[in-house]
Amino acid sequence: MITLNVNGREHQVDAGRSTPLLYVLRDDLGLNGAKFGCGLGQCGACTVVVDDKPAFSCLAPIGVLQGRRIITLEGLGTIDNPGPLQRAFIDEQAAQCGYCIPGMIMRAHALLLAKASPSASEIRKHMKPNLCRCGTHMRILAAVRRAASATRSAAANTSGEGARR
Amino acid sequence: MRLKRPLIVLICVLLLLGLAFAAVAWQPVIAATEPPEKAAFDKALIANGAQLALIGNCNTCHTNPGSPPYAGGRPLPTPFGTIHSTNVTPDPDTGIGRWSEAAFLRSMHEGVSRDGRHLYPAFPFDHFTKLSTVDVRAIYAFLMTREPVHAQSPSNDLSFPFNVRPLIAVWKLLFFKPGQFQPDTAKDPEWNRGAYLVEGLAHCGACHTPRNALGAEKHNEFLAGGESEGWHAPALNAASPAPVAWTAEQLFTYLRHGFVKPHGVAAGPMQPTPDNLLDVAEQDVKAIAAYVGSILGPATAGRPERPDELITRRQNEHAAPVWEPSSTTGSGGSRPTSDASEIYAGACAQCHEPSGRSFSARGIHLAQSKTVAMPDPRNLIHIILEGIEPPAGAPAALMPGFGAAFTDEQLAALITFVRANFSDQPAWNGVQDQVRKVRHDKNGS
Repeated sequence: MITLNVNGREHQVDAGRSTPLLYVLRDDLGLNGAKFGCGLGQCGACTVVVDDKPAFSCLAPIGVLQGRRIITLEGLGTIDNPGPLQRAFIDEQAAQCGYCIPGMIMRAHALLLAKASPSASEIRKHMKPNLCRCGTHMRILAAVRRAASATRSAAANTSGEGARR
Repeated sequence: MRLKRPLIVLICVLLLLGLAFAAVAWQPVIAATEPPEKAAFDKALIANGAQLALIGNCNTCHTNPGSPPYAGGRPLPTPFGTIHSTNVTPDPDTGIGRWSEAAFLRSMHEGVSRDGRHLYPAFPFDHFTKLSTVDVRAIYAFLMTREPVHAQSPSNDLSFPFNVRPLIAVWKLLFFKPGQFQPDTAKDPEWNRGAYLVEGLAHCGACHTPRNALGAEKHNEFLAGGESEGWHAPALNAASPAPVAWTAEQLFTYLRHGFVKPHGVAAGPMQPTPDNLLDVAEQDVKAIAAYVGSILGPATAGRPERPDELITRRQNEHAAPVWEPSSTTGSGGSRPTSDASEIYAGACAQCHEPSGRSFSARGIHLAQSKTVAMPDPRNLIHIILEGIEPPAGAPAALMPGFGAAFTDEQLAALITFVRANFSDQPAWNGVQDQVRKVRHDKNGS
């Protein structure tokens, strides 16, 4: 049995230590946000966040993940109460088939954890490992920019200094 | 009274030494000229210069990523501190716009700037000294017809005494022999062209030849392996770590496209080379491949030409685990219980094992990998931490980085496992320390 910390909760998982996290998330924990796109770290549909950094869950054997903090799409918000990044994707209508989107959101989440105000080219460079076949790229980038600036103004408001650009 | 004469002698000796040093170190200023008109340069000469600049990888050092080409400012870490490349656009104030052809020729052949200052050998004038005058003129024509960029390169960050520029004259006295390339009449024209390019313009030895404590290449160990920017540059002579022999055709494909089965992908500081050579005339890349091939030597019993033999031998010796979706639940069954084999099974085997998932471009079998067989684990550490984005247009898959997924201990265990299972070479020492160092250097840079 392996203990995994996913979205702040501990889970006991009965799977081989070499099993990649993606299959455990979907088959054992019922967390279907992360998607199987290639199983080879080539498409990013499986992207989750491990200790604040983006990782391909299709290539992360659970044996290495004990004691690590794993965040999936489900940890960012719910349908009724979406988190800021999910809110931004909804507002920008950044999805066609939607298959790449959970991976895109998790990759963006890791970026915004590291850097609150990324430039447009920094966003593009960071999002590179994630592929989209429907051509939704421009909306995805707009959603990430939108989330970044929403976080910025929220921070400015709470610090009491007003909107400072 | 008795001390007076030896004191006078000592002072005279010191004065003479000082004069001798000044005579050696001092170089005249070459007068500044007005920036030449672009139309003054012959188009064919510029085109030739463009090709030569690609072979010499001028753009790689003289361009800071994200900044305009040839405007300099790229930091180059050396054991003596950090040197910044200079602006070689024809900007009159911050570039080489006021350099005459004679000044440029002197810088390439003797490592002296227009204003008489000695240039640090991080600029490989010890290689460019071999260039023909015609070729230097072509590169001059090319550079002087680039877009001028006003950008002052940052000052170097070197510790004492390396920041005392005139002392380079002493280094040159000890280690630098200027002189143009002399062909070997016993060899064919293709070999000589390759020798001229490799020893001169392409300056392969600047990375691939070991250096002494003062940073000079050890000429009697030509291409015996060196390093660059935290990566090991493998030996290109008989000491090459490649488990499979290189053929000239493979070398050509690798140099041009940055990927060849069975050897793998160009990574790290090597990657700009195939990016540039892709646009170079085929026969020049063939010549480089032929020359390097002659230095590597032929296939041997220990280094077979056919990779299949190697893979079959490895697979008979060690059954490398592969995770499959149909695996039963529970902790591993009869598989080996080492963490590292489980990491390999779940993270690596999909792409690197023939029984893993099949797709159009995949990772090479690690038994064929020169990186796994190198005397130095740093390249493998870099590759696993950072992944490899293949060179532009290379028919190779992207290798994802695993820096986020693995801790230092897990990475060290995996690397030790891979080394033990996929090569005959002795175990690397201090792997976990090296992992930590590479990760820290990467983040710190």
